[in-house]
Amino acid sequence: MDERSERLEALNELGSYIRVLLPDDVLGVVLANGELTVSVRRQAIVQVLTALRDDTNCRMHQLIDICGVDYPERAERFEVVYQLLSMRQNHRVRVKLSTDAETPVPSVTSVYSAAGWWERETWDLYGVLFSGHPDLRRILTDYGFEGHPLRKDFPLTGYVEVRYDDEQKRVVYEPVKLDQEFRNFDFLSPWEGAEAMRQAMPGSGDGDGEGDG
Amino acid sequence: MAESQIQNFALNFGPQHPAAHGVLRLVLEMDGEIVERADPHIGLLHRGTEKLIEYKTYLQAVPYFDRLDYVAPMSQEHAFALAIEKLLGIVVPPRAQYIRVLFAEISRILSHILNITTMALDVGAMTPLLWGFEEREKLMEFYERASGARLHAAYFRPGGVHMDLPDGLTDDILAFCDSFPAHLDDVETLLSDNRIFRQRTVDIGVCSASDAIDWGFTGPMLRASDVAWDLRKAQPYDAYDRVDFDVPVGKTGDCYARYLVRMEEMRQSLRIMRQSIDELPGGPVTVDDHKIVPPRRAEMKHSMEALIHHFKLYTEGYHVPAGETYTAVEAPKGEFGVYVVSDGTNRPYRCKIRAPAFAHLQGLDFLAKGHMLADVVAIIGSLDIVFGEIDR
Repeated sequence: MDERSERLEALNELGSYIRVLLPDDVLGVVLANGELTVSVRRQAIVQVLTALRDDTNCRMHQLIDICGVDYPERAERFEVVYQLLSMRQNHRVRVKLSTDAETPVPSVTSVYSAAGWWERETWDLYGVLFSGHPDLRRILTDYGFEGHPLRKDFPLTGYVEVRYDDEQKRVVYEPVKLDQEFRNFDFLSPWEGAEAMRQAMPGSGDGDGEGDG
Repeated sequence: MAESQIQNFALNFGPQHPAAHGVLRLVLEMDGEIVERADPHIGLLHRGTEKLIEYKTYLQAVPYFDRLDYVAPMSQEHAFALAIEKLLGIVVPPRAQYIRVLFAEISRILSHILNITTMALDVGAMTPLLWGFEEREKLMEFYERASGARLHAAYFRPGGVHMDLPDGLTDDILAFCDSFPAHLDDVETLLSDNRIFRQRTVDIGVCSASDAIDWGFTGPMLRASDVAWDLRKAQPYDAYDRVDFDVPVGKTGDCYARYLVRMEEMRQSLRIMRQSIDELPGGPVTVDDHKIVPPRRAEMKHSMEALIHHFKLYTEGYHVPAGETYTAVEAPKGEFGVYVVSDGTNRPYRCKIRAPAFAHLQGLDFLAKGHMLADVVAIIGSLDIVFGEIDR
């Protein structure tokens, strides 16, 4: 357990250090689940990652991953998440920024060569634009694909399906036809719903809480 | 002889090519037989795993991980199970930890056998493949005896492992550990000093340590470039801090070094397997919380509560507290990580899968530049790519 609290302490220190190192660009530092998350201004991402890579106390030499997350209810609906690793210090830091479908994020390919494909993937799956990317093509989806499939408003079944047409001797694209409607069960428990109702209506609880249903 | 205009031409390699290791389409810009630029087109095996997981409960998401790197299925489950356990705040019992380490190392050998032998096949040696696959079959039998399936095991689950090991399995694994080094020696006599194999791999696809780090390389790709970094040592999970093993490192960073690193890693895996069997503690293989782990069949025959738990777990599943985590394991191919965002419901809000080979394949362009066309095949072989995890 000692080792674990030491690591937490070190991460905590690193968090406050990053806050001091980049006072204008860091919006927030959170330590949760033993992992450090730093939220930064979108325009400053290149400076932030360069600083984290080159600073002697951080030495985040490796970019492990870039991915998007979609929160449709937010004003800036997309989060772009960068996972950094320092082999020297044996630390991980997660850097986050938010953007929307129109505002481009500065590409970090100049800081980490590895960023190229992950930014392409984030563009492909979420439609997040990256400015200054040398080659922002789709990467995982089909040639000529339309839409960004990992957005929350993109249906799981998609819009088109393909089949080989014997007469035309080629693969044709058609709108998705489902023999059975896509079933999306709401498994959220009615028991816990009752719990919420009890809390909403004080005075009606305590009695026969188990008796519903 | 009349002067003729020479120009670069584009060569399409794959997607159906035996040396493409799956469905890799490679557009090569060639200057004669020299590769100027390699542009891998991936995504031909894209199944939308991450999207599908968002529509499944946490338990239903486990089998998708088998189908990523289908050569070493349990290593992928391992990362997911650890991530969910972190969010749930549970620690699995010691026996489960050792079983996981045992099978994670079996997975490593499974993956390395396939990689080394198919790479040897690509550069002209057929026999290692035939020998290696016989051994792989034995390992997959161990998989089957533990989980019921040769490949898609769904064995490591959040909260432990699905079932305890059947009687006699550990003895058979120990017998395998005794017999396997001789097979490794056989493969090494065929390859390590073989003139053709060395001509095809030494000084091919050289990657410096700084390039390897900059391009996000992990696992044997990184270690072959003289970076001693292994998550099992640096950020140990499960029982890896209680077993003793060495991390082999290559000095030259070429295809041959990657081959040597993988060969030695298999021997180290055998060491870990022996230790985890010798030290295998008794006790349960899952946490004792039926809100997360289903009750045993026998218990369900007479206990109403067990029946309710079972029903709730297999319909609604369990709720994971809101939060996020990036959890990584040292999979055979490198760092395999999952970034899970939970919103407190019974399904992941986002599950990003970080596949090691995705970064490795991206590096093919700079690794292959200036090499001959035939060397591209050797480099692809040494990258250890499996499209299940790259395309997801």
